Amino acid sequence: MSPLCRSWGCSEKLTFADSEMATQVTAHTRTDQLPQKVTLYSYHLSSCSWRVQLALLFKGIPYEYKAVDLSRGEQFSDEFTKLNPLQMVPVLAIDGVTLVDSIGILLYLEERFPDKRPLLPKDLVQRAQIHQVVSLISAYIQPLQMGRILATIEAKFGKEEQLKWIQDVYRKGFSALEQILIRTAGKYCFGDTVTLADIVLVPQFGNAIRLQMDLAPYPTIQRVGEALNELPEVKSSVPANQPDARKS
Amino acid sequence: MTQAGTAEVPKVTLYSYFRSSCAWRVRLGLLLKGMSRIPYEYKAINILKGEQFTDEFTKLNPLQLVPVLEIDDVKLVDSIAILQYLEERFPDKRPLLPKDLVQRAHIHQVVFLIASNIQPLQNTQILPVIEAKLGKEERLKWAQYSIAKGFSALERILEKTAGKYCFGDMVTLADVVLSPQLANAIRFQLDMAPYPTIRQVGQALNELPEVKASAPANQPDAPNL
Repeated sequence: MSPLCRSWGCSEKLTFADSEMATQVTAHTRTDQLPQKVTLYSYHLSSCSWRVQLALLFKGIPYEYKAVDLSRGEQFSDEFTKLNPLQMVPVLAIDGVTLVDSIGILLYLEERFPDKRPLLPKDLVQRAQIHQVVSLISAYIQPLQMGRILATIEAKFGKEEQLKWIQDVYRKGFSALEQILIRTAGKYCFGDTVTLADIVLVPQFGNAIRLQMDLAPYPTIQRVGEALNELPEVKSSVPANQPDARKS
Repeated sequence: MTQAGTAEVPKVTLYSYFRSSCAWRVRLGLLLKGMSRIPYEYKAINILKGEQFTDEFTKLNPLQLVPVLEIDDVKLVDSIAILQYLEERFPDKRPLLPKDLVQRAHIHQVVFLIASNIQPLQNTQILPVIEAKLGKEERLKWAQYSIAKGFSALERILEKTAGKYCFGDMVTLADVVLSPQLANAIRFQLDMAPYPTIRQVGQALNELPEVKASAPANQPDAPNL
């Protein structure tokens, strides 16, 4: 459990009292101040939840971790559905508002707290290149290998075809990513500063290893992934270190 | 030129396929931001003929996808990244995002719902695979299911946020990404009865001259029928 998480009282049970309370009206504008109250509704194996947790940790924003057990269908409970009618994690409750969608949340955090360890440079072209990598992973790799799709592929085509599908998704996606990172990477995806591209890469790299993808053709991805995995924020956020991982 | 709010007229080239949803987003974004006053060069890449796999195009975009936007000496790939760039570089040309950070987050939610959770599951990379293995009927069902799943979620959001368009009465990036997806839904004969708000917003969007001008049928590479 990350020290930040522990100090803010991580709870392992699902409660919604704080999301219904807005005791103060907070202006959601660009600020140097830390937010008043942040709750992350998350599942330890969710790549999308992992992205948000990384951003909070890198930006030094304390938060409370509330586990939603997707394996037991907790996302379909009346309580959680009231919080997010789309019945998905991650959900970020921050200063009285509820935000959904990991990339939308990352962009919000960057816009609201731009000076807390910036995750995007100021140069517009570099920002566009970083957004391209974010899209490549979050639109063209992650959705094609998420649980629901893999289950459908297996049901329609069988296990062997499912394995070929996964390999194909990673081959196409990581080949393209490798060609980009060869030109842009320093220690991390873009030079030596952690950016949104790295935040989205970490969970995908973790998935690739878990699925035993052959990473030999992608030396830059491998090098960057391993460098990222050394960072304390990444170590704190890995699935195995989450409160709900140890229960399962 | 990478400073925001720059006033000079850029030279713009768009690599596009008339029917590509992602290219349509960029065409629509360019027109909405008044870039029609800056004529852009349209370079057609025929996806069905595999022109995206040529060495020349692969050098331009290793992902072998359209759209690619060249603006002055800058090359940009990925429709969402391009739209974000245009928004940051030309913030005073008909903003497609409000200033409020929470509103922006809600708009981004819709953008990524469509761009990450619907479009990639029913695009030209996946559907041929489904058709090759299971036939035309399964391909159609897959496309319809992928869109339906996303549209169910989208309808619940827009019920709360829509005015004339997705978010109140101003056209935003959400509308830019919705227009092509809606056209796809119709092309795949999706039953739109469960999504009255999406239909209503779609009708309003289809009235916009920019939506008409950027539509596939009006592109230089659209087949003459």
